[in-house]
Amino acid sequence: MASRFEDLLHPRPEGLYCPPGDFYIDPVRPVERALITHGHADHARPGHSHVMATGQTLDIMAIRYGADHARTTQPAEYGEIIDIGDVSVRFHPAGHVLGSAQIAVEWQGMRIVASGDYKPRPDPTCAAFEPVDCDVFITEATFALPVFRHPEAASEIARLLASLRRNPDRAHMIGAYSLGKAQRVIRLLRDAGYSEPIYIHGALEKLCTYYQSEGIDLGELKPATVANGEKGQFAGAVVLGPPSAFGEAWVRRFPDPLISFASGWMSIRQRARQRGVELPLIISDHADWDELIETIERISPQEVWVTHGREEALVRWCAMNDILARPLHMVGYEDEAD
Amino acid sequence: MRRFAELLETLVLTPSRNGKIRLMVDYFRSVNDPERGLALAAITRELDIPSVKPALLRQLVSVRVDEELFRLSYDYVGDLAETIALIWPVKGGEREGRNDVPTLSEVVAELLAASRREGPALVKGWLDRLDPSGRYALIKLVTGGFRIGVSSRLAKQALAEFGEVPIEEIEELWHGLEPPYESLFAWLEGDAEKPESAALAPFRPVMLSHPVEDADFTRLDPADFAGEWKWDGIRVQATVDQGVKRLYSRTGDDISGAFPDLVDALTFEGTVDGELLIARPLADASGIEIGTFSDLQQRLNRKRLTAKMLKDHPAFMRVYDVLFDGREDVRALSFRERRQRLEKRVKQFDPRRFDLSPLVEFPSWESLAAHRAEPPLPMIEGVMIKRWDAPYLAGRPRGEWFKWKRDPFLIDAVLLYAQRGHGKRSGFYSDYTFGVWREEGSARELVPVGKAYFGFTDEELKKIDRYVRNNTIERFGPVRSVRADAEKGLVLEVAFEGVNRSTRHKSGVAMRFPRISRLRWDKPPSEADTLEAVEALITGPAVDA
Repeated sequence: MASRFEDLLHPRPEGLYCPPGDFYIDPVRPVERALITHGHADHARPGHSHVMATGQTLDIMAIRYGADHARTTQPAEYGEIIDIGDVSVRFHPAGHVLGSAQIAVEWQGMRIVASGDYKPRPDPTCAAFEPVDCDVFITEATFALPVFRHPEAASEIARLLASLRRNPDRAHMIGAYSLGKAQRVIRLLRDAGYSEPIYIHGALEKLCTYYQSEGIDLGELKPATVANGEKGQFAGAVVLGPPSAFGEAWVRRFPDPLISFASGWMSIRQRARQRGVELPLIISDHADWDELIETIERISPQEVWVTHGREEALVRWCAMNDILARPLHMVGYEDEAD
Repeated sequence: MRRFAELLETLVLTPSRNGKIRLMVDYFRSVNDPERGLALAAITRELDIPSVKPALLRQLVSVRVDEELFRLSYDYVGDLAETIALIWPVKGGEREGRNDVPTLSEVVAELLAASRREGPALVKGWLDRLDPSGRYALIKLVTGGFRIGVSSRLAKQALAEFGEVPIEEIEELWHGLEPPYESLFAWLEGDAEKPESAALAPFRPVMLSHPVEDADFTRLDPADFAGEWKWDGIRVQATVDQGVKRLYSRTGDDISGAFPDLVDALTFEGTVDGELLIARPLADASGIEIGTFSDLQQRLNRKRLTAKMLKDHPAFMRVYDVLFDGREDVRALSFRERRQRLEKRVKQFDPRRFDLSPLVEFPSWESLAAHRAEPPLPMIEGVMIKRWDAPYLAGRPRGEWFKWKRDPFLIDAVLLYAQRGHGKRSGFYSDYTFGVWREEGSARELVPVGKAYFGFTDEELKKIDRYVRNNTIERFGPVRSVRADAEKGLVLEVAFEGVNRSTRHKSGVAMRFPRISRLRWDKPPSEADTLEAVEALITGPAVDA
């Protein structure tokens, strides 16, 4: 089903390629020219010659990979029109994490929006998602099944606070991805009136500091390192760490740890159980089912291209609603990351 | 319903026993009658409401959700109740803040009043009013598929802690009570007298034993004690009270429904204590043949009993004590006197269904040790030592009954996979799958034969954990595959109580009660045991003398 839109963008093993502009969007392999939607490791990789992204995404890449992750970098302001050859591109907020953007690509009267990962609901730690009028909308499908309806994040935080009251002797260990989710959980806790120091694993430190330097107040953060004889001070404390740290010796230094995990996957009990999660928090940085279809209805593009996740269900929904849709079968994007 | 749903959800996710008890105690404290009593009945599976078939629920969903989207979702989630709970589309969006959520009492009362045809419409109405976790609880409730990792024993333990009374008192009362248990809660809260046990054929708390210790043999005089075989079946209490017949497990669960063949054969008046076994009549009708533990397992946890099952695996009780002789409570009498009464009584029982557990005569502890070392039947797992003048006491009194189990079987196996633990063991690889060598010609491969997660000290746990981390070859979520071949691997000495054939395990065997008995850091994995050696321990059908 080749359409003329494919002359403007189409998938290649390296990533989404734009022939008239000779660039890739979120390439998974090193390329000459890359446009990056956001700083998560599966979208933003080191080793490209030239990288264009929002200033915040470039900062995040520099924090993660070092300032020399690319030969040259070029920041893009939200809303600024930038010409690359005959193509003009524009970055729009995606509401996913700090600095995240959708990239609109325009050429010969057609416009395609590669939305990267996005979330339409408000998030105090990043600019709000902006629907962009376009011919082709490229959407993710991480939570594209009608079983995924994320509750209000504030009500999940209320459950966390209730658990802290009920288990004042236990350290509450919250698994949260180090870019975006961790800072959002902390900010939500502050919004709910939690003013105690929050303890963070070393892997979160630089990004939390960066968020704070960008004006996102996270309150008092302390390193989650347990000195000898000080285990007791973590009773009833909130400790955040990356999910990978939960398999490590680090967890057991805390008093009777209560394992929690902040993720959209947590709406499925079996998942929570398999991971040994006692307190699942359904907090996601991706659109849920209702938000995916509302976004598509609102933009009402001529075509919908679906990247990673549960493509089948979203394509099925589009077919039922007479919207032309196809999966792109992109590889290299982490399905499980949220 | 909201609080009940929350209780279920937290119970399912809380790994520790004490944590579960705490959740239930909190719930009983903070929720009023009759809601809490109905929740208790749901957890203990005593709630008898007309059920709604899962197929009907699917029908309800198919009206609102595209079949294909449902199929994709069900594929992904894996559990029907959970899929329906999550996918149920609610007109008008958010449920938050609604105050017309049905209570558990409302749900139960309306279901009881409804005809079978009206059930689905009621459920549909409730699904609309509940949030996903409420819907999940409701579906589990009406389909009767309640598996939340809480036994009725644990619920009774929570009641005991809630009311600060011994659990035996709850167990003894239990079968005279009905949901929503208002008189029970009133008593536990100190607002009323203990409810009278009015029901016929109630459960009587059983007497339990302690493991015998080396020091006991020098301290105790063998002349004061009787010896008995310790049977490897299931401890049961059979009771007949003015025609009402019941079979109870040792924790007071009524298991009459699972053993109608045995219950029908209860023709005496009174209460006896003994071991449930499987026994088939001999071809020449000269006696019976006792089945194996795996025969008995065939009869456990069956939803449906077929005629064939009843015929091929007949239930049998080997009795060893009497609590009520006729209508007379004989628990205060000595074991000697009770035994005399029992011997007389058993003569009136149907010999195809009941017999008397024989005494083991022993002049000295050495002689008892010799009996223990050579039991006449594989269904014997040791000996019991009972004080001749002990009354029948509820619970586990000191110094009256002792168990002296045979030594466990031991094999040397190799660690294959390790899984992360929960709660206090979070962050430790504490659940171990181990394997032995399967030999085919000159080819050898390690096949998993079991899983164990206790038997080691905290110190040893740390060492195994370090070993797992340093020798990981693959990771799948919380599980690590550990290097195990002829040259390199960790040998674990595993103790277990027996081996059954199993079609579910790749190796074809399933161990009973496996635990780690020793870490064999010194032993090369090539010298671990073979599958053949494990298979040799499978106990076949035995002939009863």
